[in-house]
Formats: sequence, structure tokens, C-alpha cells
Amino acid sequence: MMIGMRNTFAGAVLASLLASGAAWAEGDTIKIGVLHSLSGTMAISETTLKDTVLMLIDEQNKKGGINGKKLEAVVVDPASDWPLFAEKARELLTVDKVDVIFGCWTSVSRKSVLPVIEELNGLLFYPVQYEGEESSKNVFYTGAAPNQQAIPATDYFLDELGVEKFALLGTDYVYPRTTNNILTAYLESKGIPESDIFVNYTPFGQSDWSKIVADVKALGADGKKVGVISTINGDANIGFYKELAASGISAEDIPVVAFSVGEEELSGLGEGDLKNLVGQLAAWNYFESADTPENAAFIEQWHAFTGNPNRVTNDPMEATYIGFNMWVQAVEQAGTTDVDKVSEAMIGQTFPNLTGSTAEMLPNHHLTKPVLIGEIKADGQFDIISQTDPVPGDAWTDFLPESAVLESDWKDLKCGMYNTETKSCVQLKSNY
Amino acid sequence: MKPGFIAKNPSVLIFILILALFTLGVTLLSNAYGTGFVSTSMVKTLGKTLCLCLIAIAMDLVWGYTGILSLGHFAFFGLGGYMIGMWLMYARTREIVVSSASGALPMTPQELNDAIASQVFGVVGSSQLPSIWHFAGSLPMQLLFVVLVPGLLAFVFGWLAFRSRVTGVYLSILTQAMTLALSLYLFQNDSGLRGNNGLSGLQNIPGVTAGQDALSVWFLWASAVALGLGYVLSAFIVSGKFGSVMRGIRDDEARVRFLGYSVETYKLFVFTLTAVIAALAGALYYPQAGIINPAEMSTVASIYLAVWVAIGGRGRLYGAVIGAAFVSIISTWFTGGRVPNINLGFYTINWVDWWQVLLGLSFVLVTLFAPRGLSGLIDLIDGLRAPKRGGDPLGPDDGALQEKEAEA
Amino acid sequence: MRSFLLALTAGLCLLSVPAAVPAFAQDTTPPAAETAPPSGLAKVIADNADAISRPSRQTIGPVVDAIGASGDPGTVTFLQAWGARQLGLRKSDGAIFRLSPSPEGFALADPVTGADAGTAPKSDITEIKPNAGVQGLIASALVRFQLSDPDPAKRRAALDTLARRGSAENLEPLLESIDDEPDPAIKAQKQRVAGLMTITHGATPEARIAAIESFGGDMALDFRAALNPILATTRKVFTGAPEGNVAAELKPGQSGFSAENAYAVLVADGLAPKRLTRTDQRAALESHIENGMVGGVPVAALNDPVQRDRAYTVLEAAGDVPAAATDDEVATLVAAHRYADIYNEPDSAVTDAARNALKSVSVKVGAMQGLDLGLDALSLASIYFLAAIGLAITFGVMRVINMAHGEFITMGAYTGYVVQQHITDYTLSIIVALPLAFAVTFAAGVAMERLVIRYLYKRPLETLLATFGISIALQQVFKNIFGTQARPLTAPGWLDGAWSLNDIVSISYIRIAIFVLALIFLAVFLFIMNRTRLGLEVRAVTQNPSMAASMGINPDRINMLCFGLGSGIAGIAGVAIGLFAKVTSELGSEYIVQSFMTVVVGGVGNIWGTLAGATLVGFLQKGIEWFNPSNTLAAQTYMILFIIIFIQFRPRGIIALRGRAAGD
Repeated sequence: MMIGMRNTFAGAVLASLLASGAAWAEGDTIKIGVLHSLSGTMAISETTLKDTVLMLIDEQNKKGGINGKKLEAVVVDPASDWPLFAEKARELLTVDKVDVIFGCWTSVSRKSVLPVIEELNGLLFYPVQYEGEESSKNVFYTGAAPNQQAIPATDYFLDELGVEKFALLGTDYVYPRTTNNILTAYLESKGIPESDIFVNYTPFGQSDWSKIVADVKALGADGKKVGVISTINGDANIGFYKELAASGISAEDIPVVAFSVGEEELSGLGEGDLKNLVGQLAAWNYFESADTPENAAFIEQWHAFTGNPNRVTNDPMEATYIGFNMWVQAVEQAGTTDVDKVSEAMIGQTFPNLTGSTAEMLPNHHLTKPVLIGEIKADGQFDIISQTDPVPGDAWTDFLPESAVLESDWKDLKCGMYNTETKSCVQLKSNY
Repeated sequence: MKPGFIAKNPSVLIFILILALFTLGVTLLSNAYGTGFVSTSMVKTLGKTLCLCLIAIAMDLVWGYTGILSLGHFAFFGLGGYMIGMWLMYARTREIVVSSASGALPMTPQELNDAIASQVFGVVGSSQLPSIWHFAGSLPMQLLFVVLVPGLLAFVFGWLAFRSRVTGVYLSILTQAMTLALSLYLFQNDSGLRGNNGLSGLQNIPGVTAGQDALSVWFLWASAVALGLGYVLSAFIVSGKFGSVMRGIRDDEARVRFLGYSVETYKLFVFTLTAVIAALAGALYYPQAGIINPAEMSTVASIYLAVWVAIGGRGRLYGAVIGAAFVSIISTWFTGGRVPNINLGFYTINWVDWWQVLLGLSFVLVTLFAPRGLSGLIDLIDGLRAPKRGGDPLGPDDGALQEKEAEA
Repeated sequence: MRSFLLALTAGLCLLSVPAAVPAFAQDTTPPAAETAPPSGLAKVIADNADAISRPSRQTIGPVVDAIGASGDPGTVTFLQAWGARQLGLRKSDGAIFRLSPSPEGFALADPVTGADAGTAPKSDITEIKPNAGVQGLIASALVRFQLSDPDPAKRRAALDTLARRGSAENLEPLLESIDDEPDPAIKAQKQRVAGLMTITHGATPEARIAAIESFGGDMALDFRAALNPILATTRKVFTGAPEGNVAAELKPGQSGFSAENAYAVLVADGLAPKRLTRTDQRAALESHIENGMVGGVPVAALNDPVQRDRAYTVLEAAGDVPAAATDDEVATLVAAHRYADIYNEPDSAVTDAARNALKSVSVKVGAMQGLDLGLDALSLASIYFLAAIGLAITFGVMRVINMAHGEFITMGAYTGYVVQQHITDYTLSIIVALPLAFAVTFAAGVAMERLVIRYLYKRPLETLLATFGISIALQQVFKNIFGTQARPLTAPGWLDGAWSLNDIVSISYIRIAIFVLALIFLAVFLFIMNRTRLGLEVRAVTQNPSMAASMGINPDRINMLCFGLGSGIAGIAGVAIGLFAKVTSELGSEYIVQSFMTVVVGGVGNIWGTLAGATLVGFLQKGIEWFNPSNTLAAQTYMILFIIIFIQFRPRGIIALRGRAAGD
């Protein structure tokens, strides 16, 4: 019922947007494509981002649009179906002729959209933490690259918690696979032998965690401190944490740091389970508990927009927020929505993020972001215990030999995959 | 004098005619070769729909005519896509690697291979080319695999299943298990087909410089030709004695067996043939879709296939085509976000939230009230023609009457 | 000044006789508040305010030591407040206070004495949040103050800290505190921890060996965790006989130690040059291109590895490139050395004792791991059984394929969620939720049977389509009502935690509860089918509907009840599954295919078959997971493959009905 109400509300907002459009002349709109799944398995995460974009557009229109033009959202539903993402992206760019697209969550959906965006020279803002190893001329990555989330979290394990033996648990898809590869290489460079790194992959939506938790527990027989780095996706975390809590493993015995567990996922756990997870960690670039005036205003705006004071905010929402505002600035600066000009203006844009520092768009189309490490609290929020200065995002990781030599620079080199050894551009368009 | 094939199957001629007119029409309205009224994304959707119609025909053969409710045909469809996708990925990457090759020495075959592998698999954190990619550089070999791999899988699976007399519901569940096993297998990164990411960027055909506007039309034509040929082949199969045996098996397998027919061989032939048709449809579909990944072969996809055929009308080939086209186009329309919301005053029906409910309920309604499906409407237009050889049913059940196909 | 010197001396004394110091310090140090300039602990804190407010485990050690050594009576309270994240830094002057919430923001107190220091608004205070690593160091520093603390909870906490990271200097105080320990349970625990610490930190080899032997055949994780580091080895190269505490000598060519491995060890030790890689070769060749030729070979021909080798040999002969080791040279070098794994622990008596102790429990540990795996498998089997039992009725007895069975499971789970929204007591809410879930799904099942299924009894394959339609419609309706986020369904407190036999064998209480629930349903099912009128009628209708109808049984009513019963049980299964996993709209659909397979593998129409099927599937999956622990997905894949093959050979399942009851 609650959700029904929300949809009614969102619908009403859309309707009012359309109604108020009468006052603006026909050619005076800037179209913004919203390419997030509203049905299917990914709807759980992506509907929130759709609402965020609608909220930001609404806000911008109240401020008078951009350069006197009104913003108009075109919302499509790729239904968690990856080929449909490509189809809908083409539709947005050729039929609706949108000026920019905010969208995608999973890596595979991004890879599906990439060739279309590059072919038609569109503009995509991708707001989710991802595995890196990519830099497209037409995409701005406002989520974290591995060096902005995974590596600092691993450093925290090594330096602050003294972890000597690692269990890398992940869902079997590209983000955990690549992240774990990078982490394995990184840990080996830090002197952790391969035999002290346990890797496990589980299917999406895994619910039977008893054996894996027992395996992790048994790792402690070596007398080394064990830590878990979890790239387990979405819902599956709930079962994992429940099993962890039931087996009586506390954060002091075996710390767990997760890269895909945010406020949204924790809201799927009851108080009874949460109290057993207190002290377990998550690494993000944003937590709802960040104590800044910008964040307070953002949360208030979100609650007002959704009409639900219990809706949580999360990291990809902040990434969307930064990306959207930078795009607005870039369009204002360029004086046009032309993709090439806006892309050029995007590089070097700065915007205050919600955690008190400033984000900057780098020539490799990634952001500088601070890395926050938070401990789970009993109320489903995070206690921020470590916050770094903004870290520049690195498209190609330095810890895998093949990509250590690669660099991305769309400002001077005009290349997303530049080999610094042979001094040549490996490819202009992405390999998907 | 026996009547000719066309005379016995007037629907074939009509179907080919409509298909040709449709394809020509779309071409003339397309961006590349016409007025641009139909957008390229729509042309792609239509091209893909034709491929779905082709696999629906395959499903109709195996289920509507032979009575085997296979929930595994989308697995063959996907396998076909994977086989062609391997070549598309490999060959495109080779073009990129060769064109960007730096260094003074020419590459050794091993170096070329490694460079391609690290491009294709770098994304999933590997740089080894798995052995199943051995022939990926050769188009003829991969085309052969499009037919061979799904065909062989279907043959082995069918041989085992039919030999053990697994029938009816059990066979459905078994085929469903096969689909699940295959998709789970492909989901693993270790299987060497890029796991959950699958193969992407398939719309860029190596060696072709034409843009997507033109390519989409070419693929539309290719799909139309494949569909036409598939239709004629299927019509030919079901119209002869072979078709009678198929229907016999559907209506009463034991009786056909007692008449001396090798039921298992017939079933195996139909199962394998339709698997190959499905694979060909897949090989045409995925270059248009642009990406193939294991989620495409989920168990649900195969059930949807059965539902399309049921909605269109089982036991008649054009029924399958109508069903697949109808559901596919309706889905595109509803996910496009351009369907106006309906405001009921107290509640606004947002179609994004409700169209799947509508779809689900329509399955129920069609099954309950229109077992002949949408093509039953054609009967209405046809003037509710009574069967020529009416009279006593030929078997113990209603369905045994040859002219009253698909009536339960 | 005097007190500071005293503290310094105390700190020095601490290193030798730490246990004596707290008493000594308390006796002699005057209260810190009396001396106006900061001294003692207060000075340490003031000097290190920056480090204390942004502590890192890497650098905070000396500060924690200094605080611990200050000998101030406020040390313990300060450390506790710091560890508990109760301190804050006043931004205006950088002073550190103990915080407590107050209406104005924070009420401040002196961190050492606890004296009231006024209040401050939230904006003026930075809360000090030491991370878990620093907290651990603080806890370690607190240990020696707490080992004899009057509060048993604190003594236990100190022991837990020691069990996690007992440092050598804490061993003495621990040993001394054992005798005075009043609580026998804590005393035993102290002795155990002391034993473990002696194994690692004992002063003499004899003491350590004695400690190892005192544990006998203990299998506990902490004991093995103490032994294994003793047995850590390093691989070393020797030109002569291996020296040191040799664990094993390795011969190149042996299994697990190839000649390449041996050569890699040599390269790592700098005893041999690296072998030429293809990349290096390429680079070397590229830098020697002259007139389109390298070493007399045309560049165009160099896409052949053989040609490249030839060109390289030519360059090598000319001395242009470093000589690459040939296979013969590698073999000679490898043969010229001996290789051995050397224990890091120099004393062979200790390593022998540790090895023997581990060896003596290894079989038992293996058996226990097997038992634990068995329990996991049993638990998985009971979950599959619970999910499939409803299907066993609708599919097994009525031959109706209900694809919406998964959605009935989801419906049950959501019922549990809704109940918990209204009844906050978890125990009560579960007691209410179970029958309510049954009632809701029973009603839904009956409605579906009346509205849809009964028209399709003669077309079993089409029930698959119709119920599939209902399934996707229901899934979307759930999403529209409950949203796409997972919803919490919390087990009552008494189901928290796990039953454990020892450190290896344990199983969570929720899983035990599900197992019991599965057994109850087996019993209920058997009772209904074999002991009630309804069961008799169901069996009659199953075997021959028209004959049953002739005998005065109403088949319509029986079908309806049967379907309702199957759906109702699915609802209860939903509550159970929701308790240990998650509640989303897709919860049920994850179980549907497995449930069908469970029923089919077991044999249709027989509850024992379903039981056998669930057991087979559960044990099989866990067994395959055991073979390949790093890939759970592969285990599921091979499990399904096995089932497909199994059905080929036993098409009617494990327990096949014979005769008329088999139907066809």
C-alpha cells in the first residue's frame, strides 16, 4: 500500500510536470532519459535512482531550468532485461532525442548500453560503484572505481585491524570477479601468500550460507586473524548476515567489510539480526549518517519528495546527485546540450559532495571521492569511523599487470585506453 | 491426382505474401532506405520479433503438433546466439587488436591470441582464451556450431529422455531442469563464456562498415527470409504423412506405437529439428539484440515461449507466429513508458507496475476461455467452417479428430 | 612533577612486574585534580590529543602504552571511555572530554577525574571514534587492570581480549590472577587461555611442550590456532645439507615441486638469472632491428616463434643481448642445490610436539567436519522438503502442475512480515503468523482451484501455463504492495544463535526449528492421508475419480481441499524460509524448480518419495560443494545435471508406485 501511495505521488509529480510544461515553449525543453529498471530483479535498487533523478529535475525546474529551458524526464523501463537496455537506449537517443541519460546499475547493463551510446554519440551518467577497467568517451562514472572503495577498505583491514587471512566472498558476476582479482593481486603485493586468500562465488540470491560461514570460521585454525571482504550482491547479503549472526561470529572475531551493503539492504534485516551485526563494516563514498548541512538538506528534500520519512538515502543516490548537478553546471557553462561540448565542459567541474568535501570530474571521466568506512549500528545506519581525503578515481587499476600500463585521458590524450609503455591509443571505442 | 502442397496449405502462400509485404513496407519506412518513419530501434525490434516468431513455429511443431511441452527450446535459442556471438566478439576484437598493434615486430599467432583474450576476458578478470574458443576465429566453423552444438545437445538429451519413456509433465520438468543447468553453467565465469556478462557488442558486425540503420534492415530481411523458409519447411512437414504421425503421437502415443511406428524416433527427429530451428533463430536474434547472457536462457523464458504459442493458437503454424508477434510487440509498448497512466481517482494505474499483472491474467484467460488462442479469431473470419471430414471422432478423446486441432 | 616521575618509574616497573603496579599506583599517587598544571595522565592526554582523537592502530601503540603506564587512578576509566567511543574533542581548544548526551548537545566531563566541565553544542565537538583495531589495543592495555576486577563480566571481557590477541607481557599477570579467581568457570577459562598463551609465548621450550601436551586431544579452534603458527615453514635453498629445524626436504621433480618451482626458488634467492620470457625476447629483438632485419632474419618473418629464437641466438652470439639460460643450464643449476622447508620455530622438540598434537586430532577434526557438512545437508534437505511438500500434494496426488506454488510460499512469508508489523513480540507474532499464513494461502489455493484449475483437470499441461500466468501476476502484485526492497522477518530471540557440539560442528537454531517443522509436517501429512476420512477420500479420488464419485465421494470437494492443503503448507514453509533468508517477491520462485525436481526425483504420489528426493538433493548439493568450496554455483549446476541423468535411469523416481496406483 505504501508503495502504491508512492507511485501515486510520483505519478502526480510527473503529471504536474507535464501540466506546467504548457507555460514553456515547445522547443524549449531539455530532455533527460532515465534508464533504470522499474520491474524485474534490479527494480529493488534502480527505482530509487529513478525517483532521485525525478526529484533533481523537479528541483532544477523550480530554479528555472537550465539556461531558461525546462527539463523534461523521459522514463523508460528496461525491466532488468539486459538486451532491452540497449534497445531502450537506442529508442531514447533516436526517437525521444534525449540530451543525456541517467541510468544503469549492473555492469552488464552498462556493457549492453555502451555500444549504442558510443555509436550514436550519447551521454550516459553511471552512478554505481563498479569494477573499473573501462573508460568511454560517452560515459561519466560517478560511482566508485576499485581504488576508491575496495583498495582503501583492504588497507583498513591490513593496517587497522591487522587481518592476515582473507576470505573474498562474492556473487558470481563481473564486479566481484574483477574486484577480487584486483584485491588478490594487491594482497600478494602486500605480502599475503596466495594460500591465505580464500575465494568463494555464489549465485545471485543465494540463501543457504551455512557451509560458507562454517568454511570462513574454519580459516581461523591457522592462528591468523581472518577478515571477510564481501562483494555479495543485494538480497543475498541478508541471508549471509543472518547466518553470520546465528553462528555467533562477532566483528571482533571476524570482521566483514561489504561493498554492496548500504542503508537500503540493511532495511531488510530486523532489529534482532541487526544487533548481532553491530561493528561489521561497509565501505562507501557516502553514508546517510554523514553529518553535513548539505546532507541534511538532501535527506529532507528526499523525504519531502517521496512523502515517506522512512526512506533511506544511499551511495548511488549521492553519485546521481553529484553527476546531475555537474551536468547542469556543464550545460550552463557550455551554453548548449551538445554532447561533445558538454563532455568537454564536464572535465574539471567541481561540486560539493554530501560528505563535506568537493568532488571533481577528472579527465578519465571518473570523480574524486572520499572513502568512508562505516560500522553497522543497531538502527540500520552506519557509524562513520574513517573518512579519507578525496581519492581520484582510477579507470585502469594499477594492480593487474595488463591494465597497470593503461591510462585514460579524454582531455589531452583524447583516448580512454592509452598504453603508456608503447605510447599509443589501444582503442578509441570501448571493447564491451 | 493428389492436390499440390500449396493447394493443401493455402495459408503458406498468404503467410509468405504478408511477410514479404511487411518487410518491404518496413524497409520503405526505415531510416536507411526510406522515409525514416520507422526508427532504427523499431526496425530492430521488428527484426527480433521475426526471430521470435521463428522459434515460436519450432515450439508449435514440438508442442502443438507432437505434444511434447518442451521448456528447453530457449536454451537452444540461446546456444545458437552464443555460437555466433563467439565469432562476432572474436573477429571484432581481432580487428581492433590488429589495427592498434604497436611495436616493430609482427605478432606471432600466440601473441595475437593473447591480445584478443585479454581484450575479451579482461573485463571478467582473465586473460586466457578458453579452449572452447578454439574455432572462434572462423566464421564457417562457428556457423556450423550454431547448428551442431544445440542439435547434438537436443539429440543426446532427447535420446536419453525418450528412450526412458519420460513423457508429459515429467518431460516438461526435465527440459526445464536442462535449461536451468545450462544457464547456471553459463553463469559461471569458469565456463569460459564471460559468465553473467555474456557476450556483448554483437550488433557491430566485423568487416561491415555500414551503419546500424542499414544493418538493422539487412537483419530484418535475413530474419524474414529465415522465418519464411522455416514456415514453409514446417508446413511441409506437418502436411504429409509425417505430420499425421506427429499428431497421432500427440493424441495417443501408445496407439501409434502399437501401429508399428517408432514413436521415439519420430519424437527425437522433431525435437532435434526444432532445436536446430530455434538455434538458427537465436543466431539471427542476438546480433540484433547486441548482447547475450545467461539470463536470456532462464527457465522463465522458455515458459513464455509456450505461452506465446498458446496465446497465438497451438497446432497451427500461423497461430504461433501471431502469438509471438503479439506478446513481443505489446511488451515493447508497455516498457516504452509511453502508455498513459489511468487515473481512477483513488488510485492511478501506472502501467509499469501493472502490465505484468495484465499479462499474467491474460495467460489465464486465454487458457481457460480460448484454447485455440488468437488465431481462433481467424476461424471466425473464416466463417466458422465446419471440418470437411466430420463425423465420428477418430480417437477416444476429442482431440483425436484431425481437423479439430488443439481443441482440448 | 613528582607524580610524573613516579609514573615514569611505574611505567618502567610495569614491564617487569606489571601485576603489582596498579595497587602501588593507587596507594601513592595523589588525585590528579589537586595539581593544577596537567601532569601524569592528564599530561599524557594533552600531549597526545591529536593522536588520541584520530588514532591509527599503526601508530597509537606507544600512546596507549604511555597512558597505561601513567599509573593514574583515572587510567582505567579513561581507557574504557576511549574504547567505548565516549570521548570528544572540543574544536575551539583541542581539549578532550568525556561526553554524554544533553539537551544543549553534549555534557562534558574531565576524561580522567570525571569532574563536570560544562556543556558544549554539537557543532563544537568532534566525537572521537577509535576503530576496532585501536579498540583492540585499548582492550589489551586494560587487560591487566581487569583480570582481577570484582565484576565477573569485566574479567570475562579481559579473557576474551587475551584469547584474541594475547601478548607475551600479559601472560605473567594472567598466571598470577588464576589462584585468586573465585568463579570456577572463569578460573577454568583463565587456565585454558593461559595454556594457549604459554604455547605461543612460554619462556622455555619445556613449558611450551608441557602446555601443548596438557590439552590432550582437544579439537578446539583456538588450540589449533595456537599450534599452526608454530609449524609455519619457509622454503630455502642450500648448497649443502639443509640446516635448521627441517620440516621436509624437497626433491625437484617430486609431486608438487617441479623443476620449474625449484628454479623459481633459485631466482627468488638471486642464485640464478631469470629465464627469458617471450615479452623480453620481443623487446630485445625490437631494439635490434637493422635495415628491416634482426640478426639476419627479416622482420616480416618474425611472426614465427622459431624464427624469433633463431634471431635471438644470433644476437646472443654477437653479444648484443644477455645470454638466456638454456634448458641444460637450468637443469644443472637446479640439480646443484638442495631445497627444504624450514620451520620458523628453531626448537625441533616444540615443533614435534605441535605436529603430534595436530596429527592426533586430525582424524577427529575430519570426522567432525564431515558431521557438520552432514548437518548442513540435512538442514538443506529439510528446507527443500518443506518447500516441496505442498507440491507433493498438488502435483503428486492431483497431477496438477502449480507454477504459482512459489508465490504461495512468498505469500506466507509476507503474511509473517505483515503480522510482525502489528505484533511486536516476536514469539507471539510467529505463533500467530504460522496459522494465519496457512489460512491465507489455503484460501488463495482454494480460490485458484475453484476459479481456474478445476476447468483444466483434463489438460494437465495447460495448468502449467495458467498457473504460470498467475505466478507472474502475483509476483508483480507483491511488488506493487510491498515494494521491491527485502522486508525483515525476524525470528524470536530464543531462536537466535546456534547449537554447537564443538568449534567445528554447529547449526543455527532456526535451521533446527525448520527441521522440526518439516518432521511435524511429515507426521501431519501421514496422519491425514492414512488415518482420516479425508485422506481415504483423497486416495480414492486419486486412484479412480469416477469410481470414487460413484461411491458417494464428491471429487470436486476433495480436489478443492487437497489444493488448499498443499497451498496452506506452502504458506507455512514461506514463514520458515523467510526467517532464515530474506523476504522478497522473488523468494518463492527461487525454490520452484528445485521443488519440482525434489518431487520428481523422489517419485510422484508418495510422501516418502518426496522425503527421499529432498534428502538426495540436499546431500548431493552439499557433497559437491565440499569438493569445490570456491564455487557454489558449480555445485548447483552439477546437482541438476545429476538429477537429469538420474531421471533417465529411474524415470519414476526413487520410490516408484507400482500397479494401479501408478496411474499410467
